[in-house]
Amino acid sequence: MEQLIADLKRQIIEALNLKHLKPEDIGDDQPLFVDGLGLDSIDALELIVLLQQHYNIKLANPQDGPQIFKSVKSIAEYITANQPK
Amino acid sequence: MIYINRFAHIRNRAVFRMGELVCRDIRGSLDDFLISAFEGLGINYPKYYKMDASSKLGFLGTEMLLNNLRLEDDYKPEEVALILSNAHGSLDTDLRFFESTKTMASPALFVYTLPNIVAGEICIRNNIKGENAFFVSPRFDVKQMHDYVEMVMTSDKTKACIAGWVDVMGSQHDVFLYLTEKKKRENALEHTAVQLQKLYQLKEYGTVDS
Repeated sequence: MEQLIADLKRQIIEALNLKHLKPEDIGDDQPLFVDGLGLDSIDALELIVLLQQHYNIKLANPQDGPQIFKSVKSIAEYITANQPK
Repeated sequence: MIYINRFAHIRNRAVFRMGELVCRDIRGSLDDFLISAFEGLGINYPKYYKMDASSKLGFLGTEMLLNNLRLEDDYKPEEVALILSNAHGSLDTDLRFFESTKTMASPALFVYTLPNIVAGEICIRNNIKGENAFFVSPRFDVKQMHDYVEMVMTSDKTKACIAGWVDVMGSQHDVFLYLTEKKKRENALEHTAVQLQKLYQLKEYGTVDS
Protein backbone atom coordinates (compact mmCIF):
# COMPACT_ATOMS: atom_id res chain seq x y z
CA MET A 1 0.00 0.00 0.00
CA GLU A 2 2.84 2.42 0.86
CA GLN A 3 4.44 1.95 -2.55
CA LEU A 4 1.08 2.38 -4.28
CA ILE A 5 0.44 5.63 -2.39
CA ALA A 6 3.91 6.93 -3.34
CA ASP A 7 3.32 6.00 -7.01
CA LEU A 8 -0.11 7.66 -6.97
CA LYS A 9 1.29 10.91 -5.61
CA ARG A 10 3.85 11.07 -8.41
CA GLN A 11 1.24 10.18 -11.03
CA ILE A 12 -1.25 12.76 -9.73
CA ILE A 13 1.40 15.51 -9.82
CA GLU A 14 2.32 14.53 -13.38
CA ALA A 15 -1.23 14.07 -14.71
CA LEU A 16 -2.67 17.17 -13.05
CA ASN A 17 0.30 19.44 -13.74
CA LEU A 18 0.81 20.18 -10.04
CA LYS A 19 4.43 21.16 -10.69
CA HIS A 20 4.51 23.41 -7.64
CA LEU A 21 4.12 20.33 -5.41
CA LYS A 22 6.40 17.46 -4.43
CA PRO A 23 5.02 14.03 -3.50
CA GLU A 24 5.87 14.67 0.16
CA ASP A 25 3.69 17.81 0.10
CA ILE A 26 0.57 15.66 -0.32
CA GLY A 27 -0.66 13.94 2.84
CA ASP A 28 -2.02 10.40 2.53
CA ASP A 29 -5.34 11.46 4.08
CA GLN A 30 -5.35 15.07 2.84
CA PRO A 31 -8.61 15.96 1.05
CA LEU A 32 -7.91 16.35 -2.67
CA PHE A 33 -10.77 18.70 -3.49
CA VAL A 34 -11.97 22.12 -2.27
CA ASP A 35 -10.15 23.02 0.97
CA GLY A 36 -7.47 20.36 0.63
CA LEU A 37 -5.38 20.27 -2.50
CA GLY A 38 -7.92 22.48 -4.29
CA LEU A 39 -8.60 20.16 -7.23
CA ASP A 40 -11.59 20.88 -9.49
CA SER A 41 -14.04 18.96 -11.69
CA ILE A 42 -11.60 18.78 -14.63
CA ASP A 43 -9.02 17.28 -12.28
CA ALA A 44 -11.62 14.67 -11.28
CA LEU A 45 -11.88 13.67 -14.95
CA GLU A 46 -8.09 13.44 -15.15
CA LEU A 47 -8.09 11.17 -12.10
CA ILE A 48 -10.62 8.89 -13.85
CA VAL A 49 -8.31 8.80 -16.89
CA LEU A 50 -5.33 8.09 -14.60
CA LEU A 51 -7.09 5.07 -13.05
CA GLN A 52 -7.89 3.74 -16.51
CA GLN A 53 -4.46 4.40 -17.97
CA HIS A 54 -2.22 3.22 -15.14
CA TYR A 55 -4.38 0.64 -13.36
CA ASN A 56 -6.82 -0.51 -16.05
CA ILE A 57 -9.74 0.38 -13.79
CA LYS A 58 -12.93 1.90 -15.20
CA LEU A 59 -15.10 3.67 -12.68
CA ALA A 60 -18.26 1.54 -12.65
CA ASN A 61 -20.43 4.13 -10.95
CA PRO A 62 -19.46 7.83 -11.35
CA GLN A 63 -21.50 8.64 -8.25
CA ASP A 64 -18.85 6.81 -6.22
CA GLY A 65 -16.27 9.37 -7.39
CA PRO A 66 -16.39 11.73 -4.40
CA GLN A 67 -15.77 8.84 -1.99
CA ILE A 68 -13.03 7.23 -4.11
CA PHE A 69 -11.21 10.50 -4.84
CA LYS A 70 -11.44 11.81 -1.29
CA SER A 71 -7.70 11.35 -0.69
CA VAL A 72 -4.68 9.53 -2.10
CA LYS A 73 -5.24 6.83 0.52
CA SER A 74 -8.87 6.28 -0.54
CA ILE A 75 -7.80 6.01 -4.20
CA ALA A 76 -5.12 3.47 -3.24
CA GLU A 77 -7.69 1.44 -1.30
CA TYR A 78 -10.06 1.48 -4.27
CA ILE A 79 -7.27 0.35 -6.63
CA THR A 80 -6.26 -2.45 -4.27
CA ALA A 81 -9.86 -3.67 -4.07
CA ASN A 82 -10.65 -3.33 -7.79
CA GLN A 83 -7.50 -3.84 -9.85
CA PRO A 84 -7.98 -6.62 -12.42
CA LYS A 85 -5.98 -9.74 -11.56
CA MET B 1 -9.20 61.20 -25.34
CA ILE B 2 -8.02 57.62 -24.82
CA TYR B 3 -4.52 56.91 -23.55
CA ILE B 4 -2.14 53.98 -23.77
CA ASN B 5 -0.84 53.99 -20.22
CA ARG B 6 1.13 50.76 -20.18
CA PHE B 7 2.42 48.09 -22.52
CA ALA B 8 4.33 44.80 -22.33
CA HIS B 9 5.91 42.29 -24.70
CA ILE B 10 6.97 38.65 -24.50
CA ARG B 11 9.22 37.63 -27.38
CA ASN B 12 12.13 35.25 -27.94
CA ARG B 13 11.76 33.94 -24.38
CA ALA B 14 12.16 37.40 -22.91
CA VAL B 15 9.68 39.56 -21.02
CA PHE B 16 9.60 43.35 -21.42
CA ARG B 17 7.68 45.97 -19.48
CA MET B 18 7.41 49.39 -21.16
CA GLY B 19 10.21 48.29 -23.50
CA GLU B 20 12.59 47.38 -20.66
CA LEU B 21 13.85 43.82 -20.29
CA VAL B 22 12.48 42.19 -17.13
CA CYS B 23 13.67 38.62 -17.58
CA ARG B 24 15.02 36.26 -20.21
CA ASP B 25 15.69 32.53 -20.20
CA ILE B 26 16.68 30.92 -23.47
CA ARG B 27 17.65 27.58 -21.90
CA GLY B 28 15.30 24.64 -22.37
CA SER B 29 11.89 24.67 -24.03
CA LEU B 30 9.20 27.33 -24.21
CA ASP B 31 7.37 25.42 -21.44
CA ASP B 32 10.50 25.70 -19.28
CA PHE B 33 10.68 29.45 -19.96
CA LEU B 34 7.01 29.93 -19.07
CA ILE B 35 7.56 28.20 -15.72
CA SER B 36 10.84 29.97 -14.89
CA ALA B 37 9.42 33.40 -15.80
CA PHE B 38 6.35 32.78 -13.64
CA GLU B 39 8.34 31.51 -10.68
CA GLY B 40 10.65 34.49 -11.00
CA LEU B 41 7.68 36.75 -10.36
CA GLY B 42 7.00 35.00 -7.04
CA ILE B 43 3.25 34.80 -7.60
CA ASN B 44 1.21 32.22 -5.70
CA TYR B 45 -1.28 31.05 -8.36
CA PRO B 46 -1.26 27.21 -8.63
CA LYS B 47 -3.74 27.24 -11.53
CA TYR B 48 -0.98 28.70 -13.73
CA TYR B 49 0.75 25.32 -13.91
CA LYS B 50 -2.37 23.76 -15.44
CA MET B 51 -2.80 26.37 -18.18
CA ASP B 52 -1.86 25.81 -21.81
CA ALA B 53 0.95 27.86 -23.39
CA SER B 54 -1.43 30.53 -24.74
CA SER B 55 -3.04 31.13 -21.34
CA LYS B 56 0.35 31.14 -19.62
CA LEU B 57 1.60 33.78 -22.08
CA GLY B 58 -1.56 35.89 -21.65
CA PHE B 59 -1.34 35.57 -17.86
CA LEU B 60 2.36 36.50 -17.76
CA GLY B 61 1.85 39.36 -20.21
CA THR B 62 -0.97 40.81 -18.14
CA GLU B 63 1.02 40.48 -14.91
CA MET B 64 3.86 42.40 -16.61
CA LEU B 65 1.46 44.96 -18.00
CA LEU B 66 -0.34 45.72 -14.76
CA ASN B 67 2.68 45.26 -12.47
CA ASN B 68 0.81 45.63 -9.18
CA LEU B 69 -1.70 48.10 -10.64
CA ARG B 70 -5.01 46.82 -9.27
CA LEU B 71 -7.65 47.81 -11.82
CA GLU B 72 -10.35 46.89 -9.31
CA ASP B 73 -9.17 49.78 -7.09
CA ASP B 74 -10.14 52.23 -9.84
CA TYR B 75 -12.92 50.50 -11.75
CA LYS B 76 -15.89 48.20 -11.31
CA PRO B 77 -15.29 44.76 -12.92
CA GLU B 78 -17.88 45.63 -15.61
CA GLU B 79 -15.96 48.80 -16.59
CA VAL B 80 -12.84 46.94 -17.78
CA ALA B 81 -12.80 45.40 -21.27
CA LEU B 82 -10.47 42.81 -22.76
CA ILE B 83 -9.85 42.68 -26.53
CA LEU B 84 -7.36 40.09 -27.80
CA SER B 85 -6.23 38.68 -31.12
CA ASN B 86 -3.82 36.14 -32.54
CA ALA B 87 -2.93 34.20 -35.68
CA HIS B 88 -3.13 30.58 -34.56
CA GLY B 89 -6.27 30.49 -32.43
CA SER B 90 -5.84 27.50 -30.10
CA LEU B 91 -4.11 25.33 -32.73
CA ASP B 92 -1.07 24.66 -30.53
CA THR B 93 -3.29 23.10 -27.85
CA ASP B 94 -5.65 21.52 -30.40
CA LEU B 95 -2.71 19.51 -31.76
CA ARG B 96 -1.54 18.50 -28.28
CA PHE B 97 -5.07 17.36 -27.47
CA PHE B 98 -5.27 15.44 -30.76
CA GLU B 99 -2.04 13.65 -29.80
CA SER B 100 -3.54 12.74 -26.41
CA THR B 101 -6.60 11.18 -28.09
CA LYS B 102 -4.32 8.54 -29.63
CA THR B 103 -3.91 7.03 -26.16
CA MET B 104 -6.29 8.59 -23.63
CA ALA B 105 -7.91 11.97 -24.35
CA SER B 106 -6.92 14.53 -21.73
CA PRO B 107 -9.85 16.52 -20.24
CA ALA B 108 -7.38 19.09 -18.88
CA LEU B 109 -6.10 19.76 -22.42
CA PHE B 110 -9.58 19.69 -23.93
CA VAL B 111 -10.76 22.66 -21.85
CA TYR B 112 -8.07 24.82 -23.49
CA THR B 113 -9.06 23.97 -27.08
CA LEU B 114 -10.69 27.36 -27.69
CA PRO B 115 -8.75 30.55 -28.54
CA ASN B 116 -10.56 32.74 -26.03
CA ILE B 117 -9.77 30.61 -22.95
CA VAL B 118 -6.74 32.86 -22.44
CA ALA B 119 -9.18 35.77 -22.11
CA GLY B 120 -11.11 33.83 -19.44
CA GLU B 121 -7.95 33.14 -17.46
CA ILE B 122 -6.96 36.83 -17.56
CA CYS B 123 -10.48 37.87 -16.51
CA ILE B 124 -10.52 35.42 -13.58
CA ARG B 125 -7.12 36.57 -12.36
CA ASN B 126 -7.94 40.29 -12.61
CA ASN B 127 -11.68 40.22 -11.87
CA ILE B 128 -12.59 41.64 -15.29
CA LYS B 129 -16.25 41.35 -16.30
CA GLY B 130 -16.57 43.96 -19.04
CA GLU B 131 -16.82 43.79 -22.82
CA ASN B 132 -14.59 41.18 -24.43
CA ALA B 133 -13.71 39.99 -27.91
CA PHE B 134 -11.15 37.73 -29.54
CA PHE B 135 -10.09 38.09 -33.18
CA VAL B 136 -8.06 35.68 -35.30
CA SER B 137 -6.09 37.25 -38.16
CA PRO B 138 -2.88 36.32 -40.01
CA ARG B 139 -0.92 39.10 -38.32
CA PHE B 140 -1.49 41.82 -35.71
CA ASP B 141 -4.01 44.06 -37.43
CA VAL B 142 -3.19 47.45 -35.96
CA LYS B 143 -6.10 49.29 -37.58
CA GLN B 144 -8.70 46.73 -36.57
CA MET B 145 -7.43 46.60 -33.00
CA HIS B 146 -7.24 50.39 -32.73
CA ASP B 147 -10.72 50.90 -34.20
CA TYR B 148 -12.35 48.20 -32.07
CA VAL B 149 -10.76 49.42 -28.85
CA GLU B 150 -11.81 53.01 -29.69
CA MET B 151 -15.38 51.82 -30.26
CA VAL B 152 -15.47 49.92 -26.97
CA MET B 153 -13.86 52.79 -25.05
CA THR B 154 -16.28 55.38 -26.40
CA SER B 155 -19.14 53.71 -24.55
CA ASP B 156 -19.91 55.13 -21.12
CA LYS B 157 -19.77 51.65 -19.66
CA THR B 158 -16.09 50.98 -20.43
CA LYS B 159 -13.42 52.97 -18.58
CA ALA B 160 -10.36 50.82 -19.25
CA CYS B 161 -9.36 48.16 -21.75
CA ILE B 162 -6.56 45.61 -21.94
CA ALA B 163 -5.90 44.80 -25.57
CA GLY B 164 -3.35 43.21 -27.86
CA TRP B 165 -1.90 40.07 -29.34
CA VAL B 166 -1.22 36.67 -27.70
CA ASP B 167 0.04 34.14 -30.23
CA VAL B 168 1.79 30.79 -29.83
CA MET B 169 2.48 27.87 -32.12
CA GLY B 170 5.03 25.30 -31.02
CA SER B 171 8.09 27.19 -29.80
CA GLN B 172 7.11 30.40 -31.67
CA HIS B 173 5.43 32.99 -29.47
CA ASP B 174 4.61 36.67 -29.65
CA VAL B 175 2.81 38.72 -27.02
CA PHE B 176 2.03 42.42 -27.09
CA LEU B 177 -0.45 43.76 -24.56
CA TYR B 178 -1.37 47.32 -23.73
CA LEU B 179 -3.65 49.11 -21.29
CA THR B 180 -5.87 51.94 -22.46
CA GLU B 181 -7.75 54.21 -20.08
CA LYS B 182 -9.72 57.42 -20.29
CA LYS B 183 -7.47 58.84 -17.61
CA LYS B 184 -3.85 59.76 -18.18
CA ARG B 185 -1.12 58.13 -16.13
CA GLU B 186 2.63 58.78 -16.10
CA ASN B 187 4.27 58.26 -19.53
CA ALA B 188 0.87 58.05 -21.25
CA LEU B 189 0.74 57.89 -25.05
CA GLU B 190 -2.16 58.83 -27.26
CA HIS B 191 -4.12 55.81 -28.52
CA THR B 192 -3.60 56.03 -32.28
CA ALA B 193 -3.00 53.33 -34.91
CA VAL B 194 0.43 54.84 -35.68
CA GLN B 195 1.41 54.73 -32.01
CA LEU B 196 0.19 51.15 -31.71
CA GLN B 197 2.24 50.10 -34.74
CA LYS B 198 5.35 51.67 -33.19
CA LEU B 199 4.76 49.93 -29.87
CA TYR B 200 4.04 46.56 -31.46
CA GLN B 201 7.33 46.78 -33.39
CA LEU B 202 9.26 47.91 -30.35
CA LYS B 203 12.36 45.83 -29.91
CA GLU B 204 14.65 45.50 -26.97
CA TYR B 205 15.68 48.51 -24.94
CA GLY B 206 13.39 50.89 -26.71
CA THR B 207 14.66 50.47 -30.28
CA VAL B 208 12.00 50.54 -32.98
CA ASP B 209 11.96 48.73 -36.31
CA SER B 210 12.29 51.17 -39.19
